[in-house]
Amino acid sequence: MVQVGTSRVKKGMAEMQKGGVIMDVINAEQAKIAEAAGAVAVMALERVPSDIRAAGGVARMADLGIVEEVLNAVSIPVMAKARIGHFVEARVLESMGVDYLDESEVLTPADDLYHINKKDFTVPFVCGARDLGEALRRIGEGASMIRTKGEPGTGNIVEAVRHMRTMMAQIRKVQAMSYDELMAEAKNLGAPYELLEQVHKNGKLPVVNFAAGGVATPADAALMMQLGSDGVFVGSGIFKSENPEKFARAIVEATTHYDDYELIARVSKGLGSAMTGIEISKIREADRMQDRGW
Amino acid sequence: MIAMKIGVLALQGAVAEHVRMLEEAGATAVAVKKVEELDDLDGLIIPGGESTTISKLMHKYGFMEAVREFGKARKPIFGTCAGAILLAKRISGQEDSHLGLMDILVERNAFGRQKESFEVTMPVAGVAADYPAVFIRAPYIREVGENGEVLAKYEEKIVVARDGHYLAAAFHPELTEDNRLHRYFLDMVKEYRS
Repeated sequence: MVQVGTSRVKKGMAEMQKGGVIMDVINAEQAKIAEAAGAVAVMALERVPSDIRAAGGVARMADLGIVEEVLNAVSIPVMAKARIGHFVEARVLESMGVDYLDESEVLTPADDLYHINKKDFTVPFVCGARDLGEALRRIGEGASMIRTKGEPGTGNIVEAVRHMRTMMAQIRKVQAMSYDELMAEAKNLGAPYELLEQVHKNGKLPVVNFAAGGVATPADAALMMQLGSDGVFVGSGIFKSENPEKFARAIVEATTHYDDYELIARVSKGLGSAMTGIEISKIREADRMQDRGW
Repeated sequence: MIAMKIGVLALQGAVAEHVRMLEEAGATAVAVKKVEELDDLDGLIIPGGESTTISKLMHKYGFMEAVREFGKARKPIFGTCAGAILLAKRISGQEDSHLGLMDILVERNAFGRQKESFEVTMPVAGVAADYPAVFIRAPYIREVGENGEVLAKYEEKIVVARDGHYLAAAFHPELTEDNRLHRYFLDMVKEYRS
């Protein structure tokens, strides 16, 4: 019997992205640059996160004309973002043939209580998380891939590092726990018990885990890989840098060879300036995207 | 008998899964990131991933020549999904191939986009009557050269083929718990090692 949209097919798609870089793009031209630089997928957006942050107001699903343009421009997978809880935006993007959906805190949430029931969809979802409990809640809802939230559009890696370190430390702790302690820990973390059991047994998340939210340089990407990421999302970091093509290629190479410092040095030379960053403490609490999602 | 040492090209994609399957099937598995690491291998797997990404990185680090040499030395190579595209002599709609080692014509993204990706249980000749095949934005093999052998078809499309010491699958055996196709590949390696 042929089955589409199974958990294995949806999670497997993310497995194929491992060790790769997923790049934000806003038109066909940028998508082609990303593909030529070796991106494993592109995220089709109307604005990159730093511009969403600067523009303010309500950020929604991208103009579908842009999504279509990007779908037609490249042969690598195309992702797109829907607002948290906005299952109609998600259905619309699914119907267009988008390969992966990001239920994303970069956009303004549409539901202040609930996320999308992602199990109902044929298309797989990626969701952001700051810690193990949040990651397992999203997986419990059907997410097939997790990424750190970081703080999008800042070019500041500190929040992504904090989220990845937190998740990894919690995974190690759960793995070392006695079986008797798991239920109480599930309660503490706000995590589904059955998924926590899997983390205890396997010592890793049940799905692929990428870094996102602040990656701006090849060294940032390599740092996240060494902290345990399976791959990297780069949002504003590429097309807000001085030389997007060079940055894109260098970040791809540094992600593959994340422990080869001579190679990272070589690809990082002569890149020009990275995107301008923002110090996290300068962002008003209400403007912090990572606090969106429940 | 000395354990077979099989490399998994580790530039991008589902590397850890192939390593695990090979080890379960009794081989020593090595993730290969540098060309020197090909030297003492008995066979090589090119995993699923994004073929354009893996191809670019192979060019950049001298893997194109090194893997061609490896294949010409009659050492077996197994390509899954993207790996099959990389091995093929001909790619439909493209002038250039990548490694151009295996006499097959492949069609990329031939079953549609991710929402059309599927799994199905199917027979693979000489391997299993009921192999769990996971197709993800998969290619298929349009033609097999005259010395090639078709091992499996799905809806009249060739999805597993062998050409001497080259093996290609359009689906992802590494995403299952079933290592029979890996064991078949290890038998090929044994055959060519002696």
